[in-house]
Amino acid sequence: MDVDDIRAEALSAVSASDSPERLDEVRVEYLGKKGKLTLLARSLRFLDPSERPAAGARNNAAKDAVVQAIEARRAALTAEQLARTLSEDVVDVTLPGRRQNPGSLHPITQTMRRIEDIFLGAGYGVVTGPEIEDDYHNFEALNLPPHHPARTMWDTFYLEGGHVLRTHTSPVQVRVMEKTRPPIRIICPGRVFRRESDLTHTPMFHQVEGLVVDEGISFADLKGTVVGFVRRFYDKEVGVRFRPSYFPFTEPSAEVDAQCVHCEGSGCRVCSGTGWVEVMGCGMVHPNVLRMSGIDAERNTGFAFGFGADRLAAFYFGVDDLRLFFDNDVRFLSQFS
Amino acid sequence: MQFSERWLREWVDPDIDTETLCEQLTGAGLEVDGTADAAAAFTGVVVGEILEVVPHPNADSLYVCRVADGSDSHQVVCGAPNARAGMKSPFARTGAVLPGVEVCARDIRGVESNGMLCSAAELGLGDEADGILELPDACATGADVREALALDDCCITLDLTPNRGDCLSLKGVAREVGVLNDLPIQAPDCSPVPARIDDRFPVEIVAGEGCPRYLGRVVRNVDTGKSTPLWMMERLRRSGLRSIDPVVDVTNYVMLELGQPLHAFDLGMLHERIIVRMAEEDERFTLLDGSQVDLDDETLLITDARGPVAMAGVMGGERSAVQESSRDIFLECAFFAPLKVMGTARRYGMQTDASQRFERGVDYALQEAAIERATRLLLDVVGGDPGPTVVTESAGDVPQPPSVRLRRSRLDLLVGEEVPEADVDRIFSRLEFSPRKTDRDGQAGWEIAAPSHRFDIAIEEDLVEEVCRIHGYNQVADSYPLGELSPRTIPRDFAGFRPMCDVLAALGYREAITYSFVAPERMQLLDPVHSPVRIANPMSRDQSVMRSNLLPGLVGALQTNLARQQRRVRLFEYGQCFPGARTEEVFRIGGIACGERAPESWSTPSAPLDFFDVKGDVERLLAMGGGSYVFEPASDPVLHPGQSALVLCEKQVIGRLGRLHPEIEESLDLGVRAFVFELDARALVEQRERQHEAISRFPSVRRDLAVVIDRAVPAREVESAVREVLGELLTEFTVFDVYEGERIDSNKKSLGIGLTLQHVSRTLVDDETNTFVDAVVSCLAERFGARLR
Repeated sequence: MDVDDIRAEALSAVSASDSPERLDEVRVEYLGKKGKLTLLARSLRFLDPSERPAAGARNNAAKDAVVQAIEARRAALTAEQLARTLSEDVVDVTLPGRRQNPGSLHPITQTMRRIEDIFLGAGYGVVTGPEIEDDYHNFEALNLPPHHPARTMWDTFYLEGGHVLRTHTSPVQVRVMEKTRPPIRIICPGRVFRRESDLTHTPMFHQVEGLVVDEGISFADLKGTVVGFVRRFYDKEVGVRFRPSYFPFTEPSAEVDAQCVHCEGSGCRVCSGTGWVEVMGCGMVHPNVLRMSGIDAERNTGFAFGFGADRLAAFYFGVDDLRLFFDNDVRFLSQFS
Repeated sequence: MQFSERWLREWVDPDIDTETLCEQLTGAGLEVDGTADAAAAFTGVVVGEILEVVPHPNADSLYVCRVADGSDSHQVVCGAPNARAGMKSPFARTGAVLPGVEVCARDIRGVESNGMLCSAAELGLGDEADGILELPDACATGADVREALALDDCCITLDLTPNRGDCLSLKGVAREVGVLNDLPIQAPDCSPVPARIDDRFPVEIVAGEGCPRYLGRVVRNVDTGKSTPLWMMERLRRSGLRSIDPVVDVTNYVMLELGQPLHAFDLGMLHERIIVRMAEEDERFTLLDGSQVDLDDETLLITDARGPVAMAGVMGGERSAVQESSRDIFLECAFFAPLKVMGTARRYGMQTDASQRFERGVDYALQEAAIERATRLLLDVVGGDPGPTVVTESAGDVPQPPSVRLRRSRLDLLVGEEVPEADVDRIFSRLEFSPRKTDRDGQAGWEIAAPSHRFDIAIEEDLVEEVCRIHGYNQVADSYPLGELSPRTIPRDFAGFRPMCDVLAALGYREAITYSFVAPERMQLLDPVHSPVRIANPMSRDQSVMRSNLLPGLVGALQTNLARQQRRVRLFEYGQCFPGARTEEVFRIGGIACGERAPESWSTPSAPLDFFDVKGDVERLLAMGGGSYVFEPASDPVLHPGQSALVLCEKQVIGRLGRLHPEIEESLDLGVRAFVFELDARALVEQRERQHEAISRFPSVRRDLAVVIDRAVPAREVESAVREVLGELLTEFTVFDVYEGERIDSNKKSLGIGLTLQHVSRTLVDDETNTFVDAVVSCLAERFGARLR
């Protein structure tokens, strides 16, 4: 067989190879140590020297052609194999993934965090305190001496032995004022307890109270802070109005109404048709309160505010019965994931 | 406080509509709680005059009336027992529209009826439906009833704060409206009514502190059979009061008008004299409403020579009550000290219109005007001959108006902007605060005497509030506090709790929030060790003890969800618990889980949740703490004895986990296996200290061993032994297999453990690794009798 025959034979063997293994066998058959083209090359030395260059060149060309054919065939085979594998390894991407069911934070917790973050961002500290309080911190230090008529404004839970379940987080403010000198800028979030239960009251709820005491703090500062907070909370430029009110620990005192975010003030179920929802109580800290905690009430003034986070959460999420928050039905909780 | 808008407008009549008036009141701190029309919407009802009443020929309980309507007369069938000839009554002509009905001509049992005579209830004027409403003779027959009775009126209800007792009257509300609109107010005639007789009844004040002033007046020959005029009944009704009898109606009317409660005694039933004194221990007394009370010595009484006749400022007594037979009355108009009345009303649980006013403070200069006003109205309604008004005072006990200084600079500082001086002057003058400008110690301002009707003015800030609220809270421009921007950190205990909750939420737990008070039985079941803190006045027995741990709430929430067809539940809660002494509050984070390990899936075979699922979650939480934690078998009465563990950190117990004790699962009727955990949240936060350690650059070597040991040997002891032998060389210890079964002794188990060894400063060679592993094997053999499998 001359070189052209071998070459033709080899190329045909290459193209007939249907696997990388078969291709290797072909390579060995023609290009291996004892391969047909190798042996042919070795036999060139028996030729007449004048014929050798041309024969050698032909031989090399045949070898190159076979090598190229093999590489090309190998690439094609690899590609075929990959394509075959890919077409076999197909999953149904519409099947659900392997997963845990999601958990979630309680809507009140989410609301509390939102509130805390707004004030943390404004440079306030966040302080917590005991839920079981003594009478002094819950009432007396807040300008509510024993037998003060306004004590009946809170339906208080008493513990056997004289302590109370705190009716607000104001005692935390007192504890801070006892230990810290102005400037004070804090909020006090936490559970509070009052003896009442209906659609809009639960015997336990969450309150956030704020306190700012410094030189030169004014009612205008209180207004700006409260309005700013309400608007950041709802993330809307809602209307906010202040009404004179009465709390023993603030003077002047105010109730704050925010425009209902559900009907934008036109009146709906959430706001009982009034267009406004009451969101908090606030006022300028009563000088007796400052003095009782050892703060110079002539030099410093301050404001305080307090509101129910549950109520804000209810308005925010459109929950119309506060008791749902404490039912802990996972179908309810999962709505706030 | 409820009142008629028309009545108010007799006092002061600003040119604003009802809505604006209500906004003004609310804006000034007198919150309008609601408004209601004084009458139902109706048309075509006129004043009818009954000319004749004859029995219905075919019905015993019906009458046939002839009714004049000013232009004509109509035959009307009527069932009212009070219908009589000559009487005037609202007459709905045919075509009239009443609430819910249109009146038309009808045949009633064979007699044609052209129109309808109306009861109060039918016109929305109250609930009186027993008979037709009798109108005064003075009403012109044929006049529109809405006009005759001034029914186009609005009843306004105020929700007053406790400091504003001065607004529990038309006079007080009018004063505020006058200030807000800069208008004078028009008071009714309170001039003295001259005495026609000289009868006096002696009054002695023993308890002057409780009763600084007591005005009394004898009125003889009254006719209590008279009826209250319709206009007065209507005003009482629109103020939310029912008509009782003419004498009580007059005293109630004056109370609404001026804010002064009065009481009328049957003079014939009073003996010798009035003595105002404190009750004696064990004294008994029968009230107007017939109820008997045992008095305590804190109670201020009005008595006569025979005993109590009234609980001062709260309620009169039965014995001396005015009745139809009463001919002579004794009118009481006193100032009782707010705290005394409040104490009484609270202790006996009796809130009356009178006590409500006295405990908030009645104007202590008002009694003269009020008794004259009441006398005048009494004479108009029931006639009679008045004696002189007798004033008895306990001189030192009458309140003195406090004088309070308001500095201009303080006002500006507290408000945050300057209210013009003229406005301040005007506000105080209209509020009857008698302001006087002063300039003391170089500080300009006002010296202000609080009026006798205000009990809430004691300090400078009280005056600031008055200026601010009349000026308008919403008129004050908003600003922000200015202060140092000092760098600060968020407190660790606060900031640290958030990620714990986030981790549990990420692990599939939903956060529950449950009440901090629970049922004592449930608490006892889930914590037999501590005796809980008890609430003295719980709302219900189910909420009467403070939780000593989180389990009652979590278990309750689980039960709620199981009852609602949820089968795979994971919940957590975070919050304060009260184990033992009441000052001891601990922050806990805990969870409960039941059901399948994973949500039902096409790919994962279903398997029930077990101890190690929950332990894995707990370990994930502990990893946040960064401390060194140890689990030990627990013996906890509420947990399964074989599937429960304590979590320790530096030998302190910081938590526990495990399956609920099967007996507890049974007694709670759970029907599922529930796993719980509870950790001291602060202990987790406080461990959060981190320190960098260099990472070895040299390759690590892993060797796996299968050791057979007694079943009772805890895996942790094996790990400890391995760690002892290898020390810092051991960078990771894993248990990759636990086998108990047929292929080994029944009291043995095989642990597959993986050891990863790495040296800090060089590559470990095979030989030395083998030496270390051999040392481990012989140590385990020696300590636990372990052999390689």
